[in-house]
Amino acid sequence: MGILREAFDRGDFVVTVEIAPPKGTDFSHLKECAQAIKGRVHGVNVTDFQSASLKATSLATCKMLKDLGLEPVLQITGRDRNRIAIQGELLSAGVFDIENVLALTGDHTVVGDHPEAKCVFELDSVGILKIASILCEGKDMNGNKLKGKPHFYLGACVTPKYEPLEIQILKMEKKVKAGAKFFQTQGVYDIETMKNFREKTRHIDAKILAGIIPLKSVGMAKYMNKNVPGIFIPDELIERMKNAEKKVEEGIKIAGELIGKLRENDLCDGVHVMAIGAEENIPDILRKADLWNGEMLENCVALASGK
Amino acid sequence: MIISQSKPFEEIIKYLEGSKKVVITGCSLCASTCKVGGEEEILKMKNSLEEKGIEVIGHRILDPSCNYLKVKKDLKVLKKDFKEADSVLSLACGDGTQTVAKLLKLPVYPGNNTMFIGEVKRVGEFEESCKACGDCELGWTGGICPTTLCAKGLLNGACGGAKEGKCEVDSNKDCGWILIYEKLKSLGKLDNLTEIREPRNYKRVVSPGRLNLNDKGDAC
Repeated sequence: MGILREAFDRGDFVVTVEIAPPKGTDFSHLKECAQAIKGRVHGVNVTDFQSASLKATSLATCKMLKDLGLEPVLQITGRDRNRIAIQGELLSAGVFDIENVLALTGDHTVVGDHPEAKCVFELDSVGILKIASILCEGKDMNGNKLKGKPHFYLGACVTPKYEPLEIQILKMEKKVKAGAKFFQTQGVYDIETMKNFREKTRHIDAKILAGIIPLKSVGMAKYMNKNVPGIFIPDELIERMKNAEKKVEEGIKIAGELIGKLRENDLCDGVHVMAIGAEENIPDILRKADLWNGEMLENCVALASGK
Repeated sequence: MIISQSKPFEEIIKYLEGSKKVVITGCSLCASTCKVGGEEEILKMKNSLEEKGIEVIGHRILDPSCNYLKVKKDLKVLKKDFKEADSVLSLACGDGTQTVAKLLKLPVYPGNNTMFIGEVKRVGEFEESCKACGDCELGWTGGICPTTLCAKGLLNGACGGAKEGKCEVDSNKDCGWILIYEKLKSLGKLDNLTEIREPRNYKRVVSPGRLNLNDKGDAC
């Protein structure tokens, strides 16, 4: 059993972080960032051509992280691969003992750096989860027997700030039916959103990681409010960022306070921290958010090395 | 209806390079409604070509340009012109243009781009409504097509990309899945959204599609 699943089962306050593969073949920065958080987090979630932009693959990056002793979470979207390629990618993850898979529909190609590309979307997030569950039974989606089977711990995404929220909940229920055991949410900035979401999803048997995206500037906050679906940053936080001398630090402080409140009110089972292009800040974010746990280090390293 | 749009004139002129005498064909149905292949457009095209020194020696609206046997008969009227012509410009959709091309030994060039199957909202305004997917889903979606109106063609509900009811791909377009949700809610049929929908069977729509009412079994 992997570190992430075990931590959830144990009832730990789970911490995962997001890392994007590099655009190119130079993994040195990514490796440095990974080393800095080794043993400090329960999972490192690797994006799959995030924002529909070309990068190295999630699978290659996950394998690299695994070799470095970190627990990877393979993100996989339906945008770029048909059902054959998705099943192949999942089997390949199984070969490398990559257990955690986060299934996403994926951003449309028109928002990315190759807007002329053909979208696939043969499988959506629900379809990917279902197929991953079938592969775990030792057969492909057409019932053909596999020689050796993967063991996945499946996750998916959900947007708590969505109008009408029932659309998200209906799909969340489908995702659980298809095999999702945990969810990470779109970035949240206010406790009320999570309270409402928690209230309306109590009946759903799955772990919830609240998405945390530390603000870096007033511009970023305003941009996200205007352009990023599911993001709502209250005015008072934008005001705080405005008045702060050190913006990045203030953003981290705000994130830390929110995480504290989420824990206090039992509104999630952990957090998923997305530093978005500033992965080097992750240790600092975790320290200031009071998530830098020495004990976790031993647990995770021991597990990662198979002891 | 098949919605078409005129190609840029420069592109058409490029095709017709080296053609001194040209015949123009149009279509009485979709292309006429779309204002790209009716009488008015043919005459306009004729003028534009003649300004460029290309002689239009004949023209005709086919009724419609996609009916093989009818086109075969209609083209006979232009038989003399085809003997003289260097090429033909078709102002039909891609389907109609292929029918004409199939029946002539001359080069046939397209004057239009075929855009989509859609609805006429009002004169000159069209909206895509069907992808001809071969497996109509309208029965459980409140009559709103997820394959067409969701930019990703999702079958299991909305992605997280909508903002204020609009699609992540184009903020002028409604999220198809929010429309479906609202419609089903008003019909008291939200239960339709709880079932996991299987991925579409693309075997059913392998191109080129063929359908013969005299054959038994599925179209393929």
